[in-house]
Amino acid sequence: MTMQQDTNPSSVDTEAAASGAASATATERSAFQRFLTVTVGPIVAAFLLSAIILMLVGVNPLTYYGYILDRSLFSSLGLEQTATRMAPLLFLVASLIIAFRAGIWNLGTDGQFLLGAVIAAATAPLLVGVLPGWAVLLVGFLLAALVGAIWSIIPALLKAYQGVNEIITTLMMSFLGVLLASTLVKLAFRDPTTTVPQTRTLPVADRLPRLFETSISSGLVWGLIAVILVHLMMTRTSFGLRLRMVGANPAAATHAGLSVPLLTMATFGLSAGFAGLAGASEILGVAGNVRANWNPAYGLMVIPLVFLARFHGVGAIVLVFFYSALMIGSESAARRLGVPQNFTLVLVASLLICLGLGEYIDQHKRKKER
Amino acid sequence: MAVATDKLNDLSPETGAGVIGVHGVTKRFPGVVAVDNVSLKFHPGEVHVLLGENGAGKSTLVGILSGLQEPDEGYLSLNGEKARLASPSASLDAGISTVFQHSMLVPTLTVLENLTLGAPWYQRPPRAQIAARMDELKREFALSLPLDAITGELSLGQQQQIEIARALLRDSKVLILDEATSMLTPQGAQELGERMQQLVKSGLAVIFITHKLAEAYRYGNRISVLKQGALAGEMGPEELKGMTEDEAVDEIVRLMFGREAGQTSTDHRASTARDQIALKVENLSTQGDADVMGLHDISLSLRAGEIVGIAGIDGNGQKQLAEAMAGQRALTSGRVELHGEDITGASVAQRRRKGLRYLTDDRLSEGSVGAFPISENTVLKDIGQPPFWVNGIERPNRIAEHARELIRTFSVRTPGEQTPIGRLSGGNIQKVLLGRELSGDARVVVFNKPTYGLDLQNIDASRQRIAEIAGRGLGVVLISTDLDELMALSDRIAVMEGGRIRGVVENDGTGEALRLRIGRMMAGEEEHKQATA
Repeated sequence: MTMQQDTNPSSVDTEAAASGAASATATERSAFQRFLTVTVGPIVAAFLLSAIILMLVGVNPLTYYGYILDRSLFSSLGLEQTATRMAPLLFLVASLIIAFRAGIWNLGTDGQFLLGAVIAAATAPLLVGVLPGWAVLLVGFLLAALVGAIWSIIPALLKAYQGVNEIITTLMMSFLGVLLASTLVKLAFRDPTTTVPQTRTLPVADRLPRLFETSISSGLVWGLIAVILVHLMMTRTSFGLRLRMVGANPAAATHAGLSVPLLTMATFGLSAGFAGLAGASEILGVAGNVRANWNPAYGLMVIPLVFLARFHGVGAIVLVFFYSALMIGSESAARRLGVPQNFTLVLVASLLICLGLGEYIDQHKRKKER
Repeated sequence: MAVATDKLNDLSPETGAGVIGVHGVTKRFPGVVAVDNVSLKFHPGEVHVLLGENGAGKSTLVGILSGLQEPDEGYLSLNGEKARLASPSASLDAGISTVFQHSMLVPTLTVLENLTLGAPWYQRPPRAQIAARMDELKREFALSLPLDAITGELSLGQQQQIEIARALLRDSKVLILDEATSMLTPQGAQELGERMQQLVKSGLAVIFITHKLAEAYRYGNRISVLKQGALAGEMGPEELKGMTEDEAVDEIVRLMFGREAGQTSTDHRASTARDQIALKVENLSTQGDADVMGLHDISLSLRAGEIVGIAGIDGNGQKQLAEAMAGQRALTSGRVELHGEDITGASVAQRRRKGLRYLTDDRLSEGSVGAFPISENTVLKDIGQPPFWVNGIERPNRIAEHARELIRTFSVRTPGEQTPIGRLSGGNIQKVLLGRELSGDARVVVFNKPTYGLDLQNIDASRQRIAEIAGRGLGVVLISTDLDELMALSDRIAVMEGGRIRGVVENDGTGEALRLRIGRMMAGEEEHKQATA
């Protein structure tokens, strides 16, 4: 993982500053050039690449792209959908920022997400009428976080006390979690009044309130708060520095008297907890229930965004916004223009490849400068 | 690739069977001369012992002979011909096999598979042939190996036998055993010694690298002593035969630890010790394992203003002792007292706050976080403490100010306090770490090899600072592998060997005699009762 070198974004910043100090006049130009190579260039290249593929399939790329913009950003309904889609992704971003900055590669967010979603969907409808509305939602969110965290205990213990690679264990636990979630929906939490296997449905009135007069779920606000808080926690507090130190150099952390196993456990708990919250935000804010075999796989989807934002909260929020717009826009564009639904994935894939290439070129250039 | 000899003569293997010569070989690494103009000859039928401390150049010499490194100056010769060993396979083709300190076997493969590694890929392992050869080896050298056993399940001694067998199956002329006894039990070492004698009787040349003096005498026919990269002396077979073990060990100690002629004795620091006991360690023991030496029953006391040196060959438990005192390593038994207060159960952070500081020898991978700026590195041991954190919230300005002051006081050379510490030179990182340990209310400082790897100017500055610290009334434990350093600074010197303290001697300024006495203890030769002071 070459990315690991850049785990600490502050080092990247200072690097830029240091190279800037060398030649004051060249600084602005090179910063601008960097911006071109790392962000604008790859995005343009990705759209060009996808345009070529679209033309090969016989679709006018301009119409297609126009449609995406129109449907995701320039129509009020599309913009609302885009904003609503952001909520669970933001919670997942918060989850991954904690983990990645602390050097833990939690790739099991999908399992943690789904189990959180299932427990929220299983309990919230039953509590309606028993508890006041806000308490129903609160209990749903708390249980989801708890269940998500519990699902990370095995990888956490194995990593903290046995040094077992968490990439493998979290991924394995994620598969198990996805299957368990589906099993729970079919066997334990099934709504007896429907024929399709799904949980009871939380009435629209009892879900997270919508923002103002729109259809945007207020989960968006909570998601934004979560990312900002996590970002500040990791960069501005002593707890965050402890986690980052464990991530950057466990031997140094032990030497400085930190309990590496306990901090590792804390990282897993927090990260998986936020993944559980992401599941709850999707259910309590938008879907209202969980259907068996439902798995949007948002967790794996968000990983590249977090990397490209260099684990920076604000950067990740911007990327999540564009990514959601792309998802919403291209879904309807595909439907309207007869392009296969999966073309979204082609666009996303070329975007990721181009962004990765941009990153590579940038690294290469910086190495040369040195 | 075959060996590139000067005249490309196709020598039959019989002529001058397997004599390697090393002629005026020098090898430099950045900042160090690892091997300095060394000339040696290895003869068939002899166990040739290379003796020396860590860093004396033994390993580099082995690397050169096994084709891992090439000399910067000088050359090697094979059977009297100038030769170049440009790669490990060239070295193997020349009949030189090396058994490294750490096993070079694949633990998940069977013994047979390990023995056939390196054979051409298109050949089926000739099992019957190998079994027959192994029978021969068993008769001649008592090497008995279960061919179908999984290698990783065998003992270290047996694994070493596999490596020796592999060398013999290759018809090697020269066998290099690098620190071969370090992993073995005393009995295993004894067996290896006998086996080496059998091997040389069959006409091989064996090069045996060790830092244990008694082994050198018992198993070797010829001894060469390396010191700081240079050849300090050689003892031939006739000379050795005429000596008793004690005489031989005395001579070796003189070669290894003695002062070269012409060097004046360093004037040692006037003691600033006070009466008050600063640090007391009683009967301290820790758990050891295959990689880490355990400590056994260590007792030591340190007065305020006193410098107690810990001498010893690297890896004899010094680091573990430092870690145990700092609270970084769990004790199996024993007690640690700081200014009369029992701190045995205190954590690293608690001990630090009480004034016990530990400057690690591992600046890069333990002492600092390379990607973090200097400013954060200066407070890594105080995370969450005021004034740098208030209610858990970082105060970047206070940290930066603290760092700037440290940079000024300890004259760290850096563009600024925001520079990642990993960009600094070793000497400057050391200054930052030293500043970190001395900040706040330090009372006892444990230095682990504080000048290791520094340039001369920084070494002097560091030593002055250590003397100054003791002068201010702090207790100092100075762990070092450099006897000159210890003799220049310490009030008393404790010698560690095999995880034990072999003795504590007053640094009474007797110079040479004291140095040799410490040397003997470092090599594990001095009786404990003789050494206690």
